[in-house]
Amino acid sequence: MSNAYLKEVVNKSYEYGFVTPIESDTFPPGLSEKVIRDISKQKNEPEFLLQWRLKAYEYWLTLKAPQWAHINYPEIDFQKISYYSAPKIKKNAPKSLDEVDPQLLETYKKLGIPLHEQGRLAGVAVDAVFDSVSVATTFKEKLHEAGVIFCSFSEAVQKYPDLIEKYLGTVVPYRDNFFAALNSAVFSDGSFVYIPKGVRCPMELSTYFRINAANTGQFERTLIIADENSVVSYLEGCTAPMRDENQLHAAVVELIALENAQIKYSTVQNWYPGDEEGRGGIFNFVTKRGACRGKNSKISWTQIETGSAITWKYPSVILQGENSVGEFYSVALTNHKQQADTGTKMIHIGKNSKSTIISKGISAGKGQNTYRGLVRVLPTADNARNFTQCDSLLLSDTCGAHTFPNLEIKNPTAKIEHEASTSKIGEDQLFYCQQRGLTLENAVSMIVNGFCKQVFNELPMEFAVEAQKLLEVSLEGSVG
Amino acid sequence: MLQIKNLHASIQDEKQKSKVILRGINLNIKPGEVHAIMGPNGSGKSTLANILAGRAGYDISQGEIIFDEKNIFTLAPEERAALGLFLAFQYPVEIPGVNNMYFLKAALNSLRKQRGLNELDAMDFLTLIKNKIKEVCLNESFLHRAVNEGFSGGEKKRNEVLQMLMLEPRLAILDETDSGLDIDALQTVAKGVNSLRSENRSFIIVTHYQRLLDYIVPDVVHVMVKGKIIKTGGKELALELEAKGYGWLEEQVVVS
Repeated sequence: MSNAYLKEVVNKSYEYGFVTPIESDTFPPGLSEKVIRDISKQKNEPEFLLQWRLKAYEYWLTLKAPQWAHINYPEIDFQKISYYSAPKIKKNAPKSLDEVDPQLLETYKKLGIPLHEQGRLAGVAVDAVFDSVSVATTFKEKLHEAGVIFCSFSEAVQKYPDLIEKYLGTVVPYRDNFFAALNSAVFSDGSFVYIPKGVRCPMELSTYFRINAANTGQFERTLIIADENSVVSYLEGCTAPMRDENQLHAAVVELIALENAQIKYSTVQNWYPGDEEGRGGIFNFVTKRGACRGKNSKISWTQIETGSAITWKYPSVILQGENSVGEFYSVALTNHKQQADTGTKMIHIGKNSKSTIISKGISAGKGQNTYRGLVRVLPTADNARNFTQCDSLLLSDTCGAHTFPNLEIKNPTAKIEHEASTSKIGEDQLFYCQQRGLTLENAVSMIVNGFCKQVFNELPMEFAVEAQKLLEVSLEGSVG
Repeated sequence: MLQIKNLHASIQDEKQKSKVILRGINLNIKPGEVHAIMGPNGSGKSTLANILAGRAGYDISQGEIIFDEKNIFTLAPEERAALGLFLAFQYPVEIPGVNNMYFLKAALNSLRKQRGLNELDAMDFLTLIKNKIKEVCLNESFLHRAVNEGFSGGEKKRNEVLQMLMLEPRLAILDETDSGLDIDALQTVAKGVNSLRSENRSFIIVTHYQRLLDYIVPDVVHVMVKGKIIKTGGKELALELEAKGYGWLEEQVVVS
């Protein structure tokens, strides 16, 4: 690695912190039944969806924000948030990329996301969500030929209402938790994927989420259905401008894998983390869950969490099908005053179901990093197996790492293994690297990358490289 | 090439008490020379090696370290490495998840960059390392394992020598590279050092035993006791030490 590159890395802290000056239709702040009706009307939704939103809202009103996580934040005033913001579009909806506002295309270009189909990452289809709405989906034609449906959630509601009605809320019901209920009431857009029987999706699918407008929350909803014998790999990325106030992101992701189907879901989460003093940053409260409904189905979560002021997410798998497999690979990094409380739940229901959990937590500065996991084996899950490995790496004397693993085993044939370690980055290791000629920064990033290797290996190739670079940027100023 | 003048150093122990380790070291190493530093446990040999390489954590109260007519006292470890200083570690460090070959390539290119040379590309590097690894009798599979992870003691030491061969330092310090080695490994280490010996490259061999010096014949032998070099001589001094032990010298120190 060259010095020039290093300098570049050291001098930029959060390179996605810009704002796009674009005219938006934004609802005034506030949440009420009327707001929900307005969102639904804006999106021309069928009645069943409106009713579902309203039920979710009613239920949400009875709830209080959860307090059990190892995080501290000021109470969120839900009346101060705007629940809908969309870039102004002259006509109805853009029918092709040529109709998309060039400002928007420029934004994505700046973010390194090629929306033009001849783009750098040929072979990856992208759905771009800007504030509350999807602005463009690439490679539609090619995917259509394969029978794959990949579009914005709003479009799916219009074109495939039966699929939505059949699957929405079946993995994460609106009664699941406070933030899931809120999302169900007000979600504005997101991505929808359906892979038909026997189809191996011909390219990586990717959604890129961007929060732009101030004082808006982002509440997207993603639903992925892999029908029998199908395979899909999906990646999401996220960034936001630097702002002094916190912004709320409360998404829900539901995955459904039927018999012999495989879903691989990778996240590179780089929401604005706030500044060194902990001012600003995204509050990221996300509910992600997959259901392995069919025999031999497999769902694999890989997450690289480097952004957000607060991360609260537990991508989980319900292992219903016989021989089903659930995986969770996670790197969570907290620097400065970031807080992350993340982990997974593996619920074993089917016989011979297997799960693997590999969690790597890195804490620097005054960051607080918590792994929270649950492995539950129900009486029906004969011969269930789980392997859990939780490692924490500390880069400073002022950060914290915490581990809360929970096991609930109700079947005597289950085999459960748990390994955990906490280590401080070794002065021996750093000196060894430096003696061989590496700079301190490069030595740290090499050791940290080595620590995360098992997880990076699970990412699609292009993104593994991105993830490594991201760690370097996020660690800037964390040692010395 | 290297001059150490009146070097005094101490370290803080666990109870925050200052403990003096080096009490006025003087050393003058000319290009092409091999110096052996011998001495009993706790005499400060490894401390001296670490201080030369720039390890943090020592309090240097007096003295100078001049390398190539430059005081390297304020230089970071990687800057000293770029000047051509190499330390073969007594206890090579494991770096989980970091591929051994990737590590060495990053190190070599970082040094080349600091020296204003072009970086080696993957093909050239591969050719080079495949040749060098034969010299230390390690299987190529070691290139694809994590740095030192799960290596035996002997494998770690061979790996240190491999790194030395690749990085071609101007001054190599071998800190008890011979400890815990069987005779084959010992000869491999010696062969590695001897292959690098040249008129403008110098070595400091830190060791307890004269055994290694049968294979790497030193120009100068120093005996270090309690933070001081108390005797300097030719290669025959090592043989004398082997025969008599350190006791007679330690007594001399006490008397003087």
